[in-house]
Amino acid sequence: MFGYYLDLALRSLRRHMVLGVLMMLAIALGIGASVTMLAVLHNLSGNPLPGRSDVLFHPQVDPRPEDLPGAKDEPPDDLAYVDAVNLYRLGIAPRRAVMSGNWLPVRKDAPDSPLAMYTDRATTADFFAMFGVPFLYGSAWSAQDDAGHAQVVVLSRAMNQQLFGGGDSVGKTLVIATKTFRVAGVIDDWNPQPHFYDLNDGAFGKAEQMYLPFFTWLDLPQDYGYGPMDCWGNDPNAGAHDPKAKQCTWAQFWVQLDTPAQVADYRAALVQYSTQQHQLGRFQRAPNVRLRGLLDWLDHKHVIPVTVRMQTWIAFSVLLICLVNTVGLMVAKFLRKAGEIGVRRALGASRRDVFAQCLVEAGVVGVAGGLLGLPLAWLGLWMVRQQPVNFAASAHLDPSMLGVALALAVLSALGAGLWPAWRASRVAPALQVKSL
Amino acid sequence: MLPIVSALKHHKTTVVLVALEIALTCAIVTNALFLIRDRLAFMHMTTGVADNELVWVRTQTLDLGQEADKDSHAGVVAADLAALRGLPGVESVAMTNALPLGGSYSSTVVYRRPGDKSDSLSNVVEYLGSPGMLRTLGISLSEGRDFQPREYSDYQTFGQKSPPPTAVIVTRSFAQQMWPGEDPLGKPIYLGEQGEHATYVVGVAGHLLNPAINKYQGIDRGMILPVRQVRDNSAYVLRVRPDARASVARAIPGALQQVDPARKIEAHVYTDTIAQYFQGDRAMVWLLLVVIGCLLTLTALGVVGLSSFWVQQRTRTIGIRRAIGATRHDILRYFLAENFLIVSLGIVAGSAGAVGLNLWLMHHYELHRMPLSWLPIGALVLWLLGQLAVLGPALRAAAVPPVVATRSV
Repeated sequence: MFGYYLDLALRSLRRHMVLGVLMMLAIALGIGASVTMLAVLHNLSGNPLPGRSDVLFHPQVDPRPEDLPGAKDEPPDDLAYVDAVNLYRLGIAPRRAVMSGNWLPVRKDAPDSPLAMYTDRATTADFFAMFGVPFLYGSAWSAQDDAGHAQVVVLSRAMNQQLFGGGDSVGKTLVIATKTFRVAGVIDDWNPQPHFYDLNDGAFGKAEQMYLPFFTWLDLPQDYGYGPMDCWGNDPNAGAHDPKAKQCTWAQFWVQLDTPAQVADYRAALVQYSTQQHQLGRFQRAPNVRLRGLLDWLDHKHVIPVTVRMQTWIAFSVLLICLVNTVGLMVAKFLRKAGEIGVRRALGASRRDVFAQCLVEAGVVGVAGGLLGLPLAWLGLWMVRQQPVNFAASAHLDPSMLGVALALAVLSALGAGLWPAWRASRVAPALQVKSL
Repeated sequence: MLPIVSALKHHKTTVVLVALEIALTCAIVTNALFLIRDRLAFMHMTTGVADNELVWVRTQTLDLGQEADKDSHAGVVAADLAALRGLPGVESVAMTNALPLGGSYSSTVVYRRPGDKSDSLSNVVEYLGSPGMLRTLGISLSEGRDFQPREYSDYQTFGQKSPPPTAVIVTRSFAQQMWPGEDPLGKPIYLGEQGEHATYVVGVAGHLLNPAINKYQGIDRGMILPVRQVRDNSAYVLRVRPDARASVARAIPGALQQVDPARKIEAHVYTDTIAQYFQGDRAMVWLLLVVIGCLLTLTALGVVGLSSFWVQQRTRTIGIRRAIGATRHDILRYFLAENFLIVSLGIVAGSAGAVGLNLWLMHHYELHRMPLSWLPIGALVLWLLGQLAVLGPALRAAAVPPVVATRSV
């Protein structure tokens, strides 16, 4: 029966070409607009580390003074130096990494080589294993390197290319902020989006160019800030030259916790730590801790830009108008066939048959509209990529979005066709046959 | 009119559908047009400086931990200034910490009375300027005078080791908020952590846009403080012959590198900086234009489709009307009037929807309230669109010969 209906649908569409094309265009336009924005949203709200995100947690404690005007209940996103070091030494999580970043002057280890600035992430050894960073050559530094303030560095593939012309440069040396560093490893391209582990410079953007041991980095003769700082009290720049200032939070901290029991233990440990700091008089507030999982953390930080949300609303209102338009055209189309339907009914087709036949026709329009909408979505994404915003570069159509686009098109068309088909199935056969 | 209404009663559903489509389009297009106007007005704000004659450069010395001692820094700055002045096409050079729409800025609290926090204005933009800054940027004073040589101090925005200068130039909107309806010249303002340092207004700038426009700092509420040199976030600004801007911007890195090679240098033509500031807005305007275009096309196609259907359905009726005396003109007018009626229905609903949508947008996205006088614009667009869309089918209807009445359809 389906095949027959399909045949009827194609014949009918061919006969009323103009109406059919109009409907397809309407659906294509709506699908193009909404799939463009869905793809952007999908890219922005994607899981930065699929497979690892469930075991990664972001601990927060609250070292702020009791009376801080305008302070919210939420503890600061980052840790003060003292808390970062204390929690790093706590050691009950299977893996943990403290980190921050800035940029540093780097040159080759040769006399008179020119200086250039490179962005860095200063962190501790577990960072690479915990976040599953892929290595091309060499490996991460060790916990002993962290403890011994070793001058080692892990390069990104791009920086390795720029400084050493690619290839295995493990063991080679370079000069970072006047000190000589040995290359411990080179990683492959790695840039999780959103940039979950440090959202201070925006959630979307470029990856760091090199990775240094955190404590070595703190010792370096440099003053490029220690990552965005949040300080309270009278001097908003207290931490500018002293990252260890008590009233400034700036270090990110992540832990890996593999089981729910470990999560519960760690939460308890955070509360215990806060209580202890409170008793010591360092924390003025009652224990106020957070331990969000990676995806909860992204959710909490609202990483999706407001303009993208707004554009998504706009896109879906375009789809809505397209559908209203399609409903109108389908009513016209099916009523135009009233005579034909009357004959079919008189020859024994049930209302349900007529309904099914009309829906198949709507579905055909939907598939055609969806197929036509895909290039439009592709064009839309191309336009998004031309936008001067840092999340735009990653906007693309992946295979799952193609499926979503077609499904959305067919569902929209069927939804738009429901009521016109129902109306068509109510056509009184006698009246129609009489007027033939 | 009446026969049209009674005829439409036979097609309630299609009428409602077309009206609904018009209403939705009307609501969205009206808001989109308003958003575009809003953005365009925003993008055409005047900066208050000589946009077309400025080039600016920010340099960052590669900091290797040695807290550069003051004297050598001052020496480098003096050498930089001399090098920049020597470039062909450069008329004057000065230092500042920020430029209108340049993005980065510093802002502070200004007290009306010493130390009285309850009587203060917060988030006032601080422009720091070295000698010649007003002339170089082309800031015009509506009252008062430029700074005198002895008024330049060693004040800095961060780590305030020196007290603020004793003279300040404020913008008109700052003066109006600080002393509504009074003459600001000679009045003191108090700066510093506790508002302990008095500074006196010597001049008023008619208009000087902020480095960034937001809800805290506002649009042009700021002040200019005279300093010998700018240390934090400093930039050199060059007043240049308009035709020499590009060549000067290209020559700057080389000139500065000769003074001190170990640094990062970024030179910009100021009009590019302005364009960059509004890049997001421009993208949004284009997006909205595309959306409006799509929606109007779609709605027009929908109207064409449905009216063609109606014309076809009513061919016989039209024939009868022609046979009993209606002219082609009458038929044409009938379809145009019918379309006008339906579109009007949609516009009434759509105007209510437009206001609702605007309220929703205001609530969620901090947009401005749309004045009610904006509604007729959307209405006009849709009326025109409806009439244009129905013209084709209506002309076809008018062409139906009376003889059709005698045939069975």
